[in-house]
Amino acid sequence: MITLLMLVPIAVPALAAAIYAVVRWRPATVWVSAASSAVVLAAAIALATNVAQRGPHTAVAGLLRADALSAFMLIVIGAIALLATAATPAHLRAEILAGRADQRTASRHSLLVQLFLAAMALAVLAANIGLLWIAVEGTTIATAFLVGQRRTRSAIEAAWKYVVICSTGIALALLGIILLNYASQHTPAPAGLDWTGLASSAGSLDPAVTRIAIVLLILGFGTKAGLAPMHAWLPDAHSQAPAPVSALMSGVLLSVAFYAILRVKVIADAALGIEFARALLVVIALASLALAASLLLAQRDYKRMLAYSSIEHMGLLALGAAAGSRLAIAAVLLHIAGHGLAKSVLFLGAGRVLQTTGTSRIDGVRGLAARQPLVAGCLGFGVLALIGLPPFSLFASELGIARAGFATGLGWATAAALVLVVVIAAALVTHTSRMLLGTPPDGPGTASAPLHMPAVTATALVAGLLASAALGLTAGPLQPLLHLAADILAGTR
Amino acid sequence: MSQTLYVQLLDLACGALLLTAVLVLWRREVAVIIRIFALQGVALAALVAVLAVHERSAELGAVGVGILVLRAGVLPNLLRRALVGFPHTPRETRPVVNVSASLLAAAVLALIAYAVSQPLVALAPSPATHAIPVGMAVVLIGFFVLVTRRRALSQLVGFLLMDNGITALGFLTTSGVGLVVELGVSLDVLLAVLVLQILTSRMRAAFGDTDLDELRELHD
Repeated sequence: MITLLMLVPIAVPALAAAIYAVVRWRPATVWVSAASSAVVLAAAIALATNVAQRGPHTAVAGLLRADALSAFMLIVIGAIALLATAATPAHLRAEILAGRADQRTASRHSLLVQLFLAAMALAVLAANIGLLWIAVEGTTIATAFLVGQRRTRSAIEAAWKYVVICSTGIALALLGIILLNYASQHTPAPAGLDWTGLASSAGSLDPAVTRIAIVLLILGFGTKAGLAPMHAWLPDAHSQAPAPVSALMSGVLLSVAFYAILRVKVIADAALGIEFARALLVVIALASLALAASLLLAQRDYKRMLAYSSIEHMGLLALGAAAGSRLAIAAVLLHIAGHGLAKSVLFLGAGRVLQTTGTSRIDGVRGLAARQPLVAGCLGFGVLALIGLPPFSLFASELGIARAGFATGLGWATAAALVLVVVIAAALVTHTSRMLLGTPPDGPGTASAPLHMPAVTATALVAGLLASAALGLTAGPLQPLLHLAADILAGTR
Repeated sequence: MSQTLYVQLLDLACGALLLTAVLVLWRREVAVIIRIFALQGVALAALVAVLAVHERSAELGAVGVGILVLRAGVLPNLLRRALVGFPHTPRETRPVVNVSASLLAAAVLALIAYAVSQPLVALAPSPATHAIPVGMAVVLIGFFVLVTRRRALSQLVGFLLMDNGITALGFLTTSGVGLVVELGVSLDVLLAVLVLQILTSRMRAAFGDTDLDELRELHD
């Protein structure tokens, strides 16, 4: 039964991809994508209850393993995939109407998005670090053509940078895995590349070799997570990809890569003591935050603005992981969920704005609140959620990360991070209010889509915001799962 | 195979690996670079074959054949296919770092590789692990090619050079990382190159050429 629950999140999207490959995108298959995401979410929730009661489970000849952390990540993937795929049909229809896509593009889009989902599910369910690597590289391949979907010069350029930089980063991670395997073969009880085996035998890994391996692994998966200094692909890819893909990439793909860093850190802490990974992560976190702040201040493109804000939030995750206490890890996981929800709502909303105004420049959009109150409201509340205002869950998680940072002796780093977060919040609010307020431009613009938002898209946006707010008030049934996952990562269990 | 012969063959294969990496830095014609890359694939397969004979492992021998097909056959062919349609042979006309400086840089990178690899060799000294610095140097040279070349295809070769170096390290340290993972890794590299090859042809359709100097649309 539980094995089936673990296979569903990988097999159902793969099946949906096969359907799109054979039957293509037509009225009958428009909602297959959203249905498959809903199944993934349902399976994730069932898996989470099961794992919370009965503990971790290994399946398929030891290749897959589900514990509280994988179940939590799977819930985040399912939830955000549901939001993004629910908004996809309306997005694709508008693109087709505007002549920027045709039925073939739509089929390929849906197919690749489903493969992308399957790869992400495989990444969080992989029992060994090698399979995780394969799945993460698989996400790059699946999304490459999604980023370049529009086939304009800038879209192809973004896709090229994305594949080259991410593949290089992930190649560094592969080197790290090989070295970790090498170190693990020379322990008294060789444990191979399984997470559990590596974590339990970490104490006897050769420190000098492990140190090189950990640096390569954190840099490599950090590339995919969009952390500085290997972030260069992120703003381009996120601003050129179609809105639902940006939502998925920013909302979950970055977090899946960060999940790999969290797992690696468990091994690093056990093998080298907590100081080593902590120092590395603090530097990366502050570099990411500083970079995001400096490039957000004068940002002129609202999709790039959202992309830099993703770098900021990945930096905050890295800071929380550096703190590494139980509280910090629980806050990091909550932050992953909260950021995923808020950012996917914002990217979907921004995609809507791009379709109705025809420009992605901040100064090209004026008086959105008067012309499209619903989109404007979602964007406004989304940005408020993003900068961590209560009741949204990012408030609770940022507070948790900051408290844990001060409590674990990262006082200076945390203080600097908070200053940068405030600067970023000010920049985000200024840019967004310029788009929302003011008088609408006279006469018909270059509007290419009808101004009223499709009901499903509106529902997805509002549902995402409500979920984020609800999560901020109480983690509810997620609470035990968060604590179990934090136990795994903080090394107390 | 006697121990001396094993060590000599191993060193020969590793020497060929490093030499081909340096040759990639030296030559400018993209077609020649691709041919050198195919030679490096042969050297890598030979390295695996030597290890397979030494360890009397049929599985490793099969992996060696797979590597020969993929890295000396399929990947260079994919790269060559991307060249078809150019009116004249493309050359790396203006690399960011010129050829003589690149060769000097390769020497420095080899020294760095040697220094970085010390703890790796010290963990389990053997003829195979003593060749680790060579693999590391190929990785670094590949990375160097990736960041200093402007032509999309030469960047691609840089990426593949890195990948050859990493694969070599995988076999030198522990005879590979398990068959499932090995297969997955090869498949992923193949797919990544396919994706990049399609993107290069689209880039040529959009930009007219694949000089990355043209990639100036997106910046802050």
